[in-house]
Amino acid sequence: MSEHEQKTDTPSRRQFIGASIAGLATLALVPGFRLIEIGNARSPDQPASAAQRWGLLIDTDKCASGCTACVTACDVENGLVQTGRPRTDAQWIRKVELKDKSTGESHSLPLMCQHCAEPPCVDVCPTGASFKRADGIVLVDRHICIGCRYCMMACPYKARSFVHEVLTEQKAHAPRGKGCVESCTLCVHRVDEDRQPACAEACTAAGHDAILFGDLKDPNSEISKRLKSRNTTQLRADLKLNTGVRYQGI
Amino acid sequence: MRFEAFHRLEERFFYALVGVGGLIVALGLLAAWHMEEHGHIVSGMNNQVVWGTPHIFAIFMIVAASGVLNVASIGSVFGKVPYKARAPLSGMLSLALLAGGLSVLMLDLGRPDRLIVAMTYFNFKSIFAWNVFLYTGLFAIVGVYLWTLMERRMNVYSKYAGFVAFIWRLALTTGTGSIFGFLVARQAYNSAVLAPAFIVMSFAWGLAAFIIVQSALFSWNNLTLHPDILRRMKNLLGIFVAGALYFVAVHHLTNLYFAKQIDFEHFILVSGGIYPLLFWGGYVVLGSVLPLLLLYHPRLGAQCSSVITASVLVILGAFALLYVLIIGGQAFPLEIFPGMEVRSSYLDGQIDHYVPSVPEIFLGLGGLGVAFLITTIGVRVLHFVPQDDFSQLQGAGNITD
Repeated sequence: MSEHEQKTDTPSRRQFIGASIAGLATLALVPGFRLIEIGNARSPDQPASAAQRWGLLIDTDKCASGCTACVTACDVENGLVQTGRPRTDAQWIRKVELKDKSTGESHSLPLMCQHCAEPPCVDVCPTGASFKRADGIVLVDRHICIGCRYCMMACPYKARSFVHEVLTEQKAHAPRGKGCVESCTLCVHRVDEDRQPACAEACTAAGHDAILFGDLKDPNSEISKRLKSRNTTQLRADLKLNTGVRYQGI
Repeated sequence: MRFEAFHRLEERFFYALVGVGGLIVALGLLAAWHMEEHGHIVSGMNNQVVWGTPHIFAIFMIVAASGVLNVASIGSVFGKVPYKARAPLSGMLSLALLAGGLSVLMLDLGRPDRLIVAMTYFNFKSIFAWNVFLYTGLFAIVGVYLWTLMERRMNVYSKYAGFVAFIWRLALTTGTGSIFGFLVARQAYNSAVLAPAFIVMSFAWGLAAFIIVQSALFSWNNLTLHPDILRRMKNLLGIFVAGALYFVAVHHLTNLYFAKQIDFEHFILVSGGIYPLLFWGGYVVLGSVLPLLLLYHPRLGAQCSSVITASVLVILGAFALLYVLIIGGQAFPLEIFPGMEVRSSYLDGQIDHYVPSVPEIFLGLGGLGVAFLITTIGVRVLHFVPQDDFSQLQGAGNITD
């Protein structure tokens, strides 16, 4: 190797100092930006705002068949115990394996409450226990759910579970009740703290990055940009429910 | 047993019947308590078949409650003399069946203790919320109607009360049918034809229930139903049974026309095991064709026993049809991914093998027990047994001699 080449490969002192200052400045500014984020986050006493609409984009090309990191994370986060009786256990999120009948092409994807803009579960609920927050998250008010299960009949995604048994190991942030209906809350307790849902976080931690959480109304959010640039689908789009969960790759 | 001997023991028989009814109700309550205590895990229901056997009993009773009132309507609204004498019994049976059906529906809730919530929180976009008013409203309207029928001074208002009851029960059955008709995501339902279908079914099931109770009352009191009245009632039952069959056929034919519903129809009508068996064997043959043959057979049709047998078969057919509609409709998986083979831990893409549990059956029978108990005590303490005025009937040309 020549002397000249050595000189071009080695950063000059000036470049080194410049990069160091930039790095330190970034480190100094990050907490500041974080503070702005926290400042912008909704405080617990503020109502949810229609300025946001929270949603998920699921990239089925990245979702690994057999991986259940999102399901496990949801169970742990929300205190769901799987007893080995899948017909009656609560499953807020499940992994679905698909195989195209004509081409044989296979897909794997997580399926949960689609947080519809026009949720059939909310329409049919006699007491108003099923409701949609201003920010698009569909929830069940466990205080007035009478357990009639009409919402389960109405949901096109089989996304709701009925609590069939006495519950144990409940989490304070995810209160549940025997005899009530429940479903994915989009980890509303985390969203209100400006964090992402447990499933999305776990998918990233598992190295798949198949679940992207974000604000569908913010044109600068990653999810909005991806929705603008990629072909995505809504499940049962024929029902025109305007789902908050979108899929890419199927 | 000769009637004289029966008459001596009549009171004992009455208390025995009340005892049997009370026991069935007690078993129903025990079943409800068991399900409330342990959760619906003790039932056959699950996250796919969310409405089970209790709903079959409840919906049968609620639909029949509306239909049994038809007998009164034909008398009060359409002025048919033979039915006027039957209006009080018709009204009382309507209340009894409605009470039985609502008891089951309420006790099958995940949280039956929250009945007060159901009565105080309303989402008027929900047909269920409407039904709360339609059901309680029917209680009130039929109560007033019975008052106008049974209190001589109020008789002049019976036509108006009967008319309100007539309209109200049509709305009620429309509401019950629409509970299913509005379920857009499910292939088994999602059809406006279910509302009128439920109305015609209510006519058939209600009249069948009425004929059975009336026959029991006449037999208990050693009375004989005039053959001309029997002929009128059995002809009407035949028309209603045929009408219900027609609407069921239309529902399935329209589904067969929609290419995307073919798989579901194949399941219900051909390949679904218990469901095609109950549909064809239970509803079509035993619950419709055989009763029609019995009712319109020149010789058999004139016999009271044939008409009672036909009525019992119509009710058994009703249960078969409701089982197919309610359970079969849910057992077939939702089609979320058309054209795909689907599997998941939540049993997506799989047919659910629901089996009714003992507590569910007892809860349903308990509802029938409530209706039976109310009827038995009602006919004992008040004058509900139809009293035919033969001279008036002859004058109106309703009977020949």
